[in-house]
Formats: sequence, C-alpha cells, structure tokens
Amino acid sequence: MNFIDSLYYKYRKAFKALKLFLILSGPGIIVMLADNDAGGITTYAATGSKYGYGLIWFLIILLPVAYYVQEMTVRLGAVTKHGHAEAIFSAFGPFWGWFSLVDLILTDWLTLVTEFIGMTAAMSIFHIPPIITIIVVIMIMGLMVWQGRYWTWEKISFLFCALNLIYIPCAFMVHPSVSSILNQGMIPHFPGGFNNEIFFFLMANIGTTIAPWMIFFQQSSVVDKGLQEKDIPWGKIDTLVGSAMTVIVAIFIVIVTGTVLNGINIESAAQAAQKLMGINNYVGTFVAIGLFDAGFLGAICISLASSWAFGEVFGWAHSLNRKVKEAPWFYFSYFFALVTAGAVVLIPGAPLVLITLFVQVIAVTLLPAALVFLILLLNDEKTMGKKYKNNLFQNITCTTIVAVIIVLSTLYGVSALFPNLFK
Amino acid sequence: MFNAIKLFFKSNFYKISEINKRYSKPSIKITRPVRIALFCLRVYLLVLVGLLVYKFVTLL
Repeated sequence: MNFIDSLYYKYRKAFKALKLFLILSGPGIIVMLADNDAGGITTYAATGSKYGYGLIWFLIILLPVAYYVQEMTVRLGAVTKHGHAEAIFSAFGPFWGWFSLVDLILTDWLTLVTEFIGMTAAMSIFHIPPIITIIVVIMIMGLMVWQGRYWTWEKISFLFCALNLIYIPCAFMVHPSVSSILNQGMIPHFPGGFNNEIFFFLMANIGTTIAPWMIFFQQSSVVDKGLQEKDIPWGKIDTLVGSAMTVIVAIFIVIVTGTVLNGINIESAAQAAQKLMGINNYVGTFVAIGLFDAGFLGAICISLASSWAFGEVFGWAHSLNRKVKEAPWFYFSYFFALVTAGAVVLIPGAPLVLITLFVQVIAVTLLPAALVFLILLLNDEKTMGKKYKNNLFQNITCTTIVAVIIVLSTLYGVSALFPNLFK
Repeated sequence: MFNAIKLFFKSNFYKISEINKRYSKPSIKITRPVRIALFCLRVYLLVLVGLLVYKFVTLL
C-alpha cells in the first residue's frame, strides 16, 4: 500500500511540475526556435550540402553556447523587471543606451527584410505571389496581437514553433544512414581539413546561433510574461529545452541536405527546397513550408523586440497584455516595421542581396555591446543582488562563450565586408 | 495629419531630452573591470566603423 501511495504521490508531483512548466515556459522555447529563422535555415542547409554530416558535432557544441547566453537574460529580466534596452539606459547612461537602441532598430528592421525574403521565396515555390504572402503574414501577425493578451500570442506562437519541427520527419523520409551520421557527424573533425572555407561556415553557424535581437526579445518577453525571481529555475528549463530544440532542428536540416544534396553548393534554403522537390516532392514541400515558418517565427520575435525596446525607453505602454487602443505607439511601431520591411521586398530591383550582407555587418556592431552589457549587469550586485548575480563558474563559462562569439561573429561580419579575406 | 506628425516629433523631442536627463547618471557601479570593458567596446566600435568607412570610400 505504501508503495502505491508513494508512486501516486510521485506521479502527482511530476504532473504538477509538468503543468507548471507548461504555464511558465514560452520565452525560451519561442526565442530559440525563432533563432532558426530564414537566414539560419539557409546556413544549415548550405552546411549540410557542403560538408554532409561532417559538422553535426559543431552544432551540438552550440547548445550550451545558446543556453548560457540566453539564460542570463531570464535572470536579468526576472530580477530587474526591465527589458534589455531599458537596463542598458539605466546602467550605462544615454550614450550606450541610444547606441544600443538605434543599432537594434536598424538591425531588426534589416533582419525583418531578410525574413520576408525567405517567406516570399518559400511561397513562390507554391506559385503564391510575394504581395499575397506579405499581406497574409501581416494580417496573421495582426490577429495574433489583436486580443491584447500575452497568453494568446504565446500559445499561437507555440503552434508555429511546432511547425518548425517539420524538418524531423523530412530527415526520416530521405532515409539517412544512421551509422554514417554517428561516424562522420559525432566525432569532432574538419571535413577536408581546416581551411578558410570551413572557417567561414563555422563562423556563419555561430553567427546564426546568437543574434542581438534574441537578447532583447527574451528579456522583454520574460518581463511581459511577468516571471518572478522564484520562476527563474523554470525560465532556465524553458531556455534549455528551447536550446535543445533549436539544435535538434538544425541537425535534422543538415541530415536532410547532407543526405540528398551532398556536394551541391546551395545559396538559399528556397533553392534547396526546389532541388529537393525534384528528388522527393514531399520532402521539398516540407522544407519550403519549414522555410516559410522559420521566416514567420523570426518576424514575430524581431518586430516585437523592437517595439518592446522603444516602449521601454520612451515610457509608452508596451505590453502584449494591452489592447491596441491602450498601447497605440507600441502596436504602431510593431506594424510600421512589418509593413515597411514587407514593402521593401516588393520594390522591383531592390538591393536584397546587399541588405542580407549588410545585416551581418550591422549585427556585429551591436552583438558585442549587448553581450558585454549582459555580463557586466549580471555581475553588478546592486542590480542583481547577491543571490542572482553570476557566480565564478557562470562568469568563466559565459565570458569564454561571449569572447568566442565576439571574435567569430566579428570575423564573419568583416568577411561580409571583404569577401576575399577568407578565400 | 500634418499637425499630428508635428505634435509627435515635438513631444518626442522633449521626451528625448527627458530620457537623457533621467538616465544621465549610470546606475552600475563603475569598477575597474567595467571601465576597461567599456573602453575596449569603444575601441572595437571605432575600428569597426573605420572598416565600414574604408569599405564605403573604396567602393566609390
């Protein structure tokens, strides 16, 4: 009887914990899956087609990298109840505050354009004109926030996050060799030796793992959701689950293109989808749907990151729990970014390739600053208190990760400026 | 419409100076590591902006 009692007690405890996790999770999973945006999908597809399964081990390393950086935003948001933009203004003064805000708005808007490029390219495969794609996307994103409830927005976003997992069945449909994945993918090595080209791919993969908008988005999202200090452990689990999911999706994309398109140079995920359609119609269709979803998820988070940052600094009402009438400037900036970014894609002859390259350069001016501010804030006892500031282990881990990200993303940005540098 | 835009910029110009005043004193404790980190960040950004300008000039 005692055994049954204790079993029942354990089951109820586990069920309660799961229920609590489902209530408190959200920002971490959404931001991490949105990290696999249109640009990210292209990078992973190109990595798989170029090196087969050879760089899967590197993607696994990116799991703790993404987790440790984003976990800091959970603590900072839950303790200070401020978004990252407001935290920078408050801690470092107006110079760094304006620099971060202007840079964030510019980077976000340019990235938003690349998300629309991805979405329209994916839908063009199904013969849907770009203007229809853009109008429908903006309408859906409008409906998501219309209710004036963070909860509603979050749960709809979860549906799109689930769609991001479409690459997993894709990988099973191409029948990859499990032994090849284990032999070639899990043992750290550089296929073809360490050269400039592989270095460029490593930089690109790191560059897509941590983007400046992610830091701003998750911290503001934690604040808008209303997470408290006591919820930090759940926020950490949410971030860890999200990090694992983003890496799993990336690995499965590499498996798909590494199995079917190995040795073919891929320039975009849409191109990969078209090539895959010629081999297996379902796989190609799924990859195209996945690309659209990736761009959509990225657009949701990026436009919100900007609106939250604006609202925090200018003191406007800036919560998804407010209706459009109650927070007009928050929603105006949200839609303004979406409509203008969508419009750019529709301009005939718009320099879209140049915009894509420019994003990488502008992002590296903001990313190091955002990461350094994050570490400094997490070490400030006045801001974080003794309990939640970084401990020695966290400082060593996070500082090492941040240093590596800064070096590699800078080299990636510089290589976009000077393309022959690593060739 | 024009008046609304004018009012928007006027009120936000006032808002910007108010924000500058509100955050004029950094709340973080300026220790030696903080000072070094901020200095390195300024140097990094100067170098990056320099590279951007160089690229722009050589493109023209």
